[in-house]
Amino acid sequence: MTETKGRVVGVNGNMVTVAFDGLVTMNEVAYVGVGEKKLKSEVIRIRGNLADLQVFEITRGIGVKDPVYFTGELLSVRLGPGLLQQIYDGLQNPLPELAEKCGFFLERGVYLSPLSETKLWSFTPTVKVGDVVQRGDTVGTVPEGIFKHRIMVPFNFLDTYTVKSILPPGDYRITDTVAELEDSKGNKHPITMSFEWPVKRPITAYAERLRPDKPMVTKIRIIDTFIPVALGGTYCIPGPFGAGKTVLQQVTSRNAEVDIVIIAACGERAGEVVDTLKEFPLLIDPRTGRTLMERTVIICNTSSMPVAARESSVYTAVTIAEYYRQMGLHVLLLADSTSRWAQAMREMSGRLEEIPGEEAFPAYLESVIASFYERAGIVRLKDGSIGSVTIGGTVSPAGGNFEEPVTQATLKVVGAFHGLSRERSDARKYPAIHPLESWSKYKGSVNKEMTEYGREILFRGNDVAQMMKVVGEEGTSLEDYIVYLKSEFLDDVYLQQDSFDPVDSAVPTERQRYTYNLIFEVLSSIFSLESKEEARKYFNQLRQKFRDWNGTEWESEEFTGKEQEIRTLIGEKKKGTEERALEILKKVSGS
Amino acid sequence: MRKVYSKIESIAGNVITVSAEGVRYGELAEVSSRHGRSLAEVIRLKEDKVSLQVFAGSRGISTGDEVRFLGHPMRVSFSDNLLGRIFDGSGRPRDGGTELVENLIEIGGPSVNPAKRIIPRKMVRTGIPMIDLFNSLVESQKLPIFSVSGEPYNPLLARIAMQAEVDIIILGGMGLKYDDYLFFKDTLEQGGALSRSIFFVHTASDPIVECLLVPDISLAVAERFALKGKRVLVLLTDMTNFADALKEIAITMEQVPSNRGYPGDLYSQLAARYEKAVDFEGAGSITILGVTTMPGDDVTHPIPDNTGYITEGQYYLRNGRIEPFGSLSRLKQMVNKDTRADHRALMDAMIKLYAAYKESLEKKSMGFRMSEWDNKLLKYGAIFEKEMMDLSVNIPLEQALDNGWRILAECFTKEETGLRSDLIAKFWPVK
Repeated sequence: MTETKGRVVGVNGNMVTVAFDGLVTMNEVAYVGVGEKKLKSEVIRIRGNLADLQVFEITRGIGVKDPVYFTGELLSVRLGPGLLQQIYDGLQNPLPELAEKCGFFLERGVYLSPLSETKLWSFTPTVKVGDVVQRGDTVGTVPEGIFKHRIMVPFNFLDTYTVKSILPPGDYRITDTVAELEDSKGNKHPITMSFEWPVKRPITAYAERLRPDKPMVTKIRIIDTFIPVALGGTYCIPGPFGAGKTVLQQVTSRNAEVDIVIIAACGERAGEVVDTLKEFPLLIDPRTGRTLMERTVIICNTSSMPVAARESSVYTAVTIAEYYRQMGLHVLLLADSTSRWAQAMREMSGRLEEIPGEEAFPAYLESVIASFYERAGIVRLKDGSIGSVTIGGTVSPAGGNFEEPVTQATLKVVGAFHGLSRERSDARKYPAIHPLESWSKYKGSVNKEMTEYGREILFRGNDVAQMMKVVGEEGTSLEDYIVYLKSEFLDDVYLQQDSFDPVDSAVPTERQRYTYNLIFEVLSSIFSLESKEEARKYFNQLRQKFRDWNGTEWESEEFTGKEQEIRTLIGEKKKGTEERALEILKKVSGS
Repeated sequence: MRKVYSKIESIAGNVITVSAEGVRYGELAEVSSRHGRSLAEVIRLKEDKVSLQVFAGSRGISTGDEVRFLGHPMRVSFSDNLLGRIFDGSGRPRDGGTELVENLIEIGGPSVNPAKRIIPRKMVRTGIPMIDLFNSLVESQKLPIFSVSGEPYNPLLARIAMQAEVDIIILGGMGLKYDDYLFFKDTLEQGGALSRSIFFVHTASDPIVECLLVPDISLAVAERFALKGKRVLVLLTDMTNFADALKEIAITMEQVPSNRGYPGDLYSQLAARYEKAVDFEGAGSITILGVTTMPGDDVTHPIPDNTGYITEGQYYLRNGRIEPFGSLSRLKQMVNKDTRADHRALMDAMIKLYAAYKESLEKKSMGFRMSEWDNKLLKYGAIFEKEMMDLSVNIPLEQALDNGWRILAECFTKEETGLRSDLIAKFWPVK
């Protein structure tokens, strides 16, 4: 707490105006005293001796002249071992502990320690007395689940330090001093296993930022093959309600090949978080053999929780993600939904009576969204190891119209766009990502020219389908009709996945490559088909066989058997290969 | 005795401002004018200036009228005495009964801790095949009926209220036509359900501010009953009136509008109400069934659009029938696996065939020739609409499933249904 004294002079929704004397820092945390309770808030504007605070709680009951206490600290999260498996609200309050204390409801003004202060961690030092260290350097490790959690020199230690003392291996609490560092001026600084970091400042204690060029595997075919995401990249999923944004995020949070997943449920339905809360501790991660919960952190500020904390929840999430990146881990942050976060900004901007931009969003919307997504990235740490933060955010555009400000501001800064369509979800096509509208700037795991060839077929097939609506099947040439069948075939057996099938619901890269090669053969083949009727029947057969094949265990006997059946079926009608495809194949085999 | 202020400094819309001290945000006051007394709520504090929203509206209030602060926020009496009673939007009796003052509880309380929620798992049976069979309603679900003015959404709500297996029904009426209010009252009375119902009704002629209180007051009461282990069904009709009231007040408060005049916090405001739907571990539950009339039948209008992002699905009521397409209960997977082995498969098969029927119908209207298959579908579609979609059909789920099989057998051969062979062997009706 600082010396500054403050008194409430105005209340408007979740904004409180305070008259103060003394020093006040922009964005510092203050507490508004109401009765016995102190409500956490943040300074968001200072004018003369008046400061405007956004209160992270319900403001009911606050009166003029109520005291306000300033902390001098920016809104921060506590970093240290024990973050994994936690369920926090937007201000890093642990929800299960809160439930134990307060029961069914979220009582305001109750703030608990985010990390257990009594739990013992088995510490192994990695430096010795006399070593020279800088911020972000590791002084020791503790095991946290399957990970080696690095105990680092806090990121706000900007000097160069000499280790004066370090604890021997043993079990300690996060509050115990594990080392003492001496700066260049000879001042001593004790450090513990945890420290605080302001959420709105990116953590930059790495050697260099790299270009994201390794794919992040989601095991969803349409994404990995056609619109891939890179480790350290960014992507967004806009879609109207009911198109399956949240389902897609949930599936990704389960299957993505990353070390740690951070789920920021920001302003969405509480029921959806509950699914994750209750299921993850029971689901086994095939990569580690441990439950999915052990690699997950959930930050949850659902739609009915106070709006101001919604804004901070995405920052809390990304800060925790960056912290684990500093340990050389690959972290995926899933934010659902960034529109709700933007709306929280809009509400506050309205209360501040700022001049509104488009659809009343504040003028700084774009720069705020951009700087959030820019916190993603793949980096080389000082010790040479590589860590990354990948950010995937859903967008909930009003009326499903992608022209609105949040979608547009997001599209400017992300590396991949997975647009969901109502038509596809109504037709029960899963995932409902629109293959023609979506795009990605990243390199995928399947050869680019081969996928481009597939995309072209989709475009042409779509044109033919549009035309057929007007002229009917009779008015379409056999050649066009086969293109149409090929595009439908690609959509049915490759772009769509059976989410209930244990094999088909998550397809590893190797299998995707293998399957796509065979798909490519079908797409590029010239078939000897005499009539539309025959063509339709033939493609129906192909489709059926491919679907069965998709359901077989990778490299099992059944798998090879089905594959052989498909190859025979293709062989029966194939009379050649399109020239462009031959060229592509030549290049692929040559490289 | 608290101080009485008798100098109102400004009156704009339904908001009055007085200079007062020691007032708290959200506190209630009583405004006495020549036309009677009304409650008012503090909605803004600025130094000693206190802005209050007058529930009964500001019409007829003079600058010299008395304002007395009550020292507490909006409250409602909670006890079993509420059952069978009818109140208005600020909790005063509308049925001529006595005013209830014991055991007052605050409305608009905090949100439920997500860590204390449980995965919903109990189905609410309604006797309507389009709901039970095709889009099962689940306890603790929040589901709106998307409709347009003129559709029979209120009779549908009343019927669900009568038939649903719940302990308590709370009706929150917003901007209800007086006739509709009487309709609800008579229907529930005749059905003998009035004794387990509580009405909070704001009619179209009541002051607009009271409309805003209806969901909060209904849900606060529901929450208390649920905590006592009751299964509560809350009916909110019509949430579009609620949103329009929000708009009206936001505009008079000179807030910057975001989309078609609605305030930027429309989503949060709606969510704060709908998210009250919950299943308490070890206690009761709240299920919310709302009505959202879509202005101009436009689902992208801000009200249905924001609602759709909050609720767990929606029922489309069109031409007096619940549409099978577009209607969706997101939670149905949680319950329809445990009802009967054929439930899911039959549901999918019948909808697919109905979709095919729609295509055939389109072809027919465009003058294409009908194949034998088309004719089968046309026959099926007609029976389906009559025996499944018609809202007057009132049968338990099991009978609806049996009827489904019978309809399929009347129209198709076994193979044409696309159903799994083991299900056909078990359920296909023998003639």
